[in-house]
Formats: sequence, C-alpha cells, structure tokens
Amino acid sequence: MKQLLTLRVNGITHELSIDPWRTLNEVLRDELNLTGTKLGCGSGDCGACTVLVDGRSVSSCLTLAASVDGKEIATVEGLAPSGEQLHPVQESFVENGAIQCGFCTAGMEMSAVYLLGRNNAPDEEQIRAGLSGNLCRCTGYNQIVEAVAAAAEKMKPS
Amino acid sequence: MRTDSRFIGRPSHRQDARAIVTGRAEFIDDLKLRGMLYARVLRSPFAHARVVAVDTEKAEAVPGVKAVLTHKNVPDWKAGTPFHIRVLDSKVRFVGDGVALAAAESERAAEEALEAVHVEYEPLEAVFDVDEALAGDAPQLYEAFPGNVVPGGFPLYGPDCLTGIRLGDVEQGFREADAVGEGTYKYETVANPLPLEPPGVIAHWEGPDRLTIWAATQSASWHRFVMLPSLGFPDIRAIATQCGGSFGSKNYSLMPCFYAAALARAAGRPVKMCFSKEEQFGAYTLRPGSRFKGRIGIRKDGTVTAVSGSWLFDTGACSDIPQAQVAVGCGELQLMLRCANWDLTGTIVLTNRPPSGVVRGFGGQELESALLPALFEALEKAAIDPVDFFRKNYVKPGDAYLWRNGKPYVDRGVDYSEALERGAETFGWHRKWKGWLVPTRVDGQTRIGVGVSVHGNADVGEDVSEAHVRLTPDGRAVVHACVSESGSGQRSSLCRMAPEGRQLPLDRVGVSPPDTLVNPFEFGLVGSRGTWAVGGAVISAAEKARAALLARAAPLLGAGEEELDTTDGRVYVRGRSDRGLSWSRVMGIVRTCSGSARYEEDFTVPNFLALFVEVEVDTGTGKAAVREVLAATDVGRIIDPQALEGQLRGCFGAAGLDTALFEETVLDRTTGRILNGNMIDYKWRTFRDLPGFRNVILETPMPTHRFGAVGVGEISTSPGPSAVLMAVSNALGVRMTGYPLTPQRILEAL
Repeated sequence: MKQLLTLRVNGITHELSIDPWRTLNEVLRDELNLTGTKLGCGSGDCGACTVLVDGRSVSSCLTLAASVDGKEIATVEGLAPSGEQLHPVQESFVENGAIQCGFCTAGMEMSAVYLLGRNNAPDEEQIRAGLSGNLCRCTGYNQIVEAVAAAAEKMKPS
Repeated sequence: MRTDSRFIGRPSHRQDARAIVTGRAEFIDDLKLRGMLYARVLRSPFAHARVVAVDTEKAEAVPGVKAVLTHKNVPDWKAGTPFHIRVLDSKVRFVGDGVALAAAESERAAEEALEAVHVEYEPLEAVFDVDEALAGDAPQLYEAFPGNVVPGGFPLYGPDCLTGIRLGDVEQGFREADAVGEGTYKYETVANPLPLEPPGVIAHWEGPDRLTIWAATQSASWHRFVMLPSLGFPDIRAIATQCGGSFGSKNYSLMPCFYAAALARAAGRPVKMCFSKEEQFGAYTLRPGSRFKGRIGIRKDGTVTAVSGSWLFDTGACSDIPQAQVAVGCGELQLMLRCANWDLTGTIVLTNRPPSGVVRGFGGQELESALLPALFEALEKAAIDPVDFFRKNYVKPGDAYLWRNGKPYVDRGVDYSEALERGAETFGWHRKWKGWLVPTRVDGQTRIGVGVSVHGNADVGEDVSEAHVRLTPDGRAVVHACVSESGSGQRSSLCRMAPEGRQLPLDRVGVSPPDTLVNPFEFGLVGSRGTWAVGGAVISAAEKARAALLARAAPLLGAGEEELDTTDGRVYVRGRSDRGLSWSRVMGIVRTCSGSARYEEDFTVPNFLALFVEVEVDTGTGKAAVREVLAATDVGRIIDPQALEGQLRGCFGAAGLDTALFEETVLDRTTGRILNGNMIDYKWRTFRDLPGFRNVILETPMPTHRFGAVGVGEISTSPGPSAVLMAVSNALGVRMTGYPLTPQRILEAL
C-alpha cells in the first residue's frame, strides 16, 4: 500500500504517495527528477548518493524515503538554487580542477558541505577524514582536498 | 611560456565543470525517454552448464512486463573475435552469464519476472586456470575453439597482425648472454577497472532497421561501427552521455547493447539497461590474466640479447578483442626492450570466469607486468641499475619496432633519456638505490625499498579522426567532432587546440554533442590518441575554416589573404588593426565559414612514461604500502595542466599500480564465484591512503601537430605493477614473483 509523506527538499515542500520500500535515492531521482544525486553501488559503500537530511550526511541509497517523512533534505541541486551564483564548494571544485568523470562530484560536495558546516577551518587530515566515505576512481582525491580547503577559506566569516 | 596561444598550457576551467558541480550533467541513468522500459538479466549460478530448459510463462504474466527473452527467442546476433558471443546461449560459461532477459515498466517488475523464470541446468566441469584449460582433457568452452584456444590476429590490423614477436636468432642470442632470467610469472589479479558509474545503455528502434543507442562511453562510434556487423547492419546512431569513468571498460558496452537492443525490438519500446554494481563486478569487463613462461638474456653492458617464451593471455569466458591486445602488447614491449632476437608467442586462452575486455593498458600492462620479473632476475644477476638499463633500452629516435599490424616503424619522436634522468634525480634514485635485493633503509621491522619501470605506446597516433570546424558570424567557433567526456577533459582540450582558441575567447568555442549522426567519423578516446590524433584533425579543420574566412575577407579589405589575421571575431590587415571588419561583416549573418580535415594513423611518435616508487614493508604484519610515486614523462607540450595532472595521478586505481598490492578480483576456484564483488571487499584507495605524488614533465616539441604535443593518459598505470614488485623485492631482500603482494604472500616469502 502506498504511503503519503511530505519531503522538504532544497526548501520546497513535496507531498508524495509512494511505496514504503522505495529509497530516498529513488524518490529524489525518479519522482522529483533530481538526478544530480547519483546511484553508485546501492549498498552505502561509495558515497556517490550522499545527501543531507536535517543537516546530517546520509547515503540516500540506504535511506527509505518513508523514514525521512517531514525532514529537510538538501541535494546538490540546492547548493546554487538560482543557477547563477555557485556555492563556494562548487566554485572551488571548478577552480581546483577537482572533477574528472564527475560521477562522484555531487556526493563529494555534499560531504564537504557537511564537513564545513561542523568545522569551518579543517586541516588536511580532517578534510581527508571527513570525505573518506566518498570514493573516487579517477584518483582526483588530491584536487578535491585542495578544493575543500579553498572552499573553507572562501566561507570563512570575515 | 610560449606565446602562440592564449590557452595552451594555462589553467582554465573545463567547459562542463559548471554542469558537473551543479548536478546538471546528464549521465546515462539520468536519461528517461517517453515509454521507456527497464531491463534486468537473470544470470547463471554455475560457471559452466547447459541450459536444458527455460520456462518463462509465469514471468510473462507479471504485471508491467513487456518482453521476456531466452536463448530460444533472442535475435541471432553475434559478436566477439571471431564471432561467437550470442545475446543468450544454450550454454553458460561463467557465474553471472546471461540466461534470460526481461523488460518492464519498472526495474522491480523486471526483477519479479526473472524470479518467476524456471531454469533447468546441466552443470558441466569448469576450468579456471590457463594451463589447465590448455590440457588435453580440459572441459571445452566452445566447439568452435578446440583446446580452448582462440585464433590470434585481429582482422582490423591486417594479415600480418602481431600474434607474438619472431625476429633474429634467439639461440645465438642466448649464447651471447652473460645473464639469463627465466621462469613462469603471473599477472593474474584480473582486477576490475570499476569506474564509479556502472555501465549502461538505452536502445530505441526508430524503425525496423534504425537503432539509436545512448551509451555511457569513452568512444561513441564503437557503438556504431563495431555493433553494425553484429546486429545485421541496421543504421545505428550512437550518442554518448556524460560518462562516469571508463578506463577502457566502457569503450563500448557489448552485452548491455545486445540486451537492450534485443528487448527494445521485442517490446517495441525504448529499453534502458543499466548494470548494477554487482553486475559490473561479475559480468562486465575484467583486466585480462597474463602468464609469461620464458627466458630473457642480457649482456653485462645491459644489451638484451634474446627474449623467448610463451605468453598465455587469459580472456575469460569469451573473446572480445584480445587479439588486438596481444598485438599492441607485443608492440609496446619492443618499445622498452630493444633486442635483435625474439621468439615470443601469444596464445589466447578461454576459461570459465567472467570475461575480460578492453582495459586501460591494453595488452601492454598485462605483458610487461608478467614478463618483467624475468628481466629483473637477469638484471639482478648482472648487477645492472634498472634506470641505466631502461635508459639504454627504451626505443630512441631512429630505432625501428614492429607495431600492431606487423609492419616496421622508425621512431621519429623525442629521446626520453632526459625525462628518465630528471625523474631519477628528482626522486633521489641514485641515493636510494642500493643494488638489487638491498633495502634503501631498514628501520626496525619496517623496510624501505625503491623500484622503477617504464611503459611506452605508439598507439598515441592510432586510427582515424575526422573533424569539421565552423566559424559563425557572431564570432564563435563550433568544433564538430564525435568526442565524449569520460573524465579526461578532452572536449575542453580540443577547444584550446583549435587555432580559433587563439583568436577567440575560450567561452566562444564549443564542441558538438557526441552523436555519430551529426558528426564526422571519430575512432574514440583510446590509446591516449585524443591529443594528437583527434587534436590533429581539429587543428587542421580549424586552419581550413580560418583560410576560408580570410579568403572571403581579402577582397572586402582590399588586401591579400596572406596579409590578414583574425582576433576576437574580427579580421584585419596585419599591423593595421584599424583596417578590419567583424566576422559578421565578412560572412553576412546567413553564412558560416568552415573547414574539414581527417587525421590518418601514424605509429612513429611513441610516448613513454617512467614510474619511480618507494615502498615500505612491515615485516611483522607483511603489509606493503607505497610511500611515494614519481611519474616522469615528456608530453611535447602541456595542453591543459590540470587535466594532465589528473591523468597522471590516475596511476593508482582503475586496475593500475594498485594491482601490485591489493586490487584483485578474488575467484573461488571451485565454484567460479567472485568472493569480493562489492566495494568494501574489493580493495581500493580512499582519501586516507594516498601516497606522496610528484611529476617531472618535460616539453620537448614533438613532430605531431601545431602544438607538438602527445597524449599520455593511458600509460600512467602500466609501469606501476612491475615497479612496485621491484621495490618490494628490494625492501625485503627477496625476489618476489607474483601479484598482488598481499601480507600473506610477503610473510610466506620471509
């Protein structure tokens, strides 16, 4: 039987009727057309599907949509809502060449946003630890570490 | 900094960067067509079995199911070299081989349908080892390939395609040798390139003989020209989506194409076939296995006098294009081992494990990783420093080698000795190298060792590229080239290389979408050929477009074409920038100026890359770890510094250097099942495991194109495994002979 739920995604409220076994990843991608969040492994190993739920980073492939009823979801599409001004994390990924194939990028960005929300001046070790749940196969790790450090700099309260 | 371009060699952002960081870049699984169905595959639990009966009646009754196919009703399409791979067969040859297909309104419905398919198998004896597969009493995978041997020679490479190397007199060569290395060495980790995005395609029959395929791929055109004969020559239009990594594996997606196209035809609707991560692990593309049994003779001065032996190339359960990999591997070996006497024979062997296919390193990494341990033994006996050896034996300008088609070529590129020497100096090789099987340093139970290896490739100029460049009156240039984006940033690099990149701001140069219908022919992003071959075609086309523009402007400006130049959308008399016209005034607004060009293959400018590695081994736990890597190369000219850096740093994963230590597909040799088919048990590096990494990149102009550059992306992985093997051997003081160098193997050696 379908279940009614309310998801607030990137500040917009959605009333949905969905099967209770559907994951947050499926609902974001298939129902809300928010395909910026990727599905990598489907088993919580790679981090490509990372989103924020009430400010905490989660693997959307392991999260049942019904379990986040009424919560605030943030996805990559919400980082630069106007499409004009990029979020400092996005800007730094572009400037530091922290993208190769781009499939891990959205998950990396969401993990970076989560990290910087808790620690606005992480050192290199803390950045590596904060992103270690996100895998990259092109081995752009170093550029990503540099990008997150640069984003922290940009986001520093002046 | 040279001044003939505003963009070459300078950092600037990739054109698709904004789309990627905002989540708008469209990958295959982000695409949805109207009426599209979803496909799933029922896979064999047996490594080798006959499919005695399949009953699909209940499956067809599952709501939402639009097509169910088995070997009895799939189209009679065939692929592989030579043709033998069917969409589904009455026999399964590895755990995970396809048995039935379903297309439905949702993936879940397709899965439910397959759960309702009843299959009866007659299990057969399976074989997982190449020597056992070659034995007289071995189970046979295909009637067409007696002895489990697939014929050598890749048809596209012509009648003299290399199947080995036979030159001179090896008996005489070994008589002249001062030291001989000999043995059987295996590079059989059959690692998985495993790009983060699993493979996937969408197939849509727009008419009985018109098929459109969308694919996650590094080479759109392979989905047309390779699939055409397999599918009975329909008119195929192939479109590449943004590709979430490939490393060779998504050069083309044979089985996903077969499954999607067959189901789409049966259902009369578009079908998406995206493999799961598990399927990517166990039913897609593994690196081939490689076993060398033979001898290498050298003189005390480092001259290689003879190489002989047998190279067993394990292609798994089917033969995609291993003949091409054997040919290129044999070519690449000659680039690093100048030798007059050869008797090396490649044999392609079938085994009951998930299939191998195209993987970055394409035969060369496989051959060298298995053969170099024999060379290292000879070098150890003759006490020769490997840097001295490689400097002496790597092919130099003027040297000849046989390439993949069996024809001799003479190197007209650059001498890489300086890159090797500068790399050695920067790495501190001369300080760290203490001799064969001698650690650089011992610190309690930690032992440090160094190693080096090299790899080269003449495929940087392989095959055909065509391009068309169009200058538009609004002061823009459009490059028409069928080039996909799988992570190397090649589409953006082409915008830098079009000479209009000099005359237009970079944001006014664009590339057409990678679609075979609207673009001229492009072989694809393989063999590091993007920089020279694709770049060469684009540069020539842009020069012709520019010439057409100037010819049109000359009478309008009352000057000769040769007196004119163009910058930022304006044509003017050189030295008289006041005497000029905008492109729109020259062309009018209803015309464009364009040029077309073709690049033809050229195997005479090989690239080369050396990897220096320092490892530490804990003799208590047996764990070996890479401390530092230095890549040394010469690229002629750096086109995009960030993209180059990214390619070189890619040396570790994707079945690269890390296959020496931990990247391995672990097969249960009783059942044929993969034991580590998930991203936790299949080991790869995370943010916390990255060693130090440095580059030494020289820019000696190459005789390639206007900018004198060659690509180097593919080969950064290839020297890794053998360099690590050498380093670990030196750290331990024990000659290590097999991959991966797991704690268990190291403790056993101690």
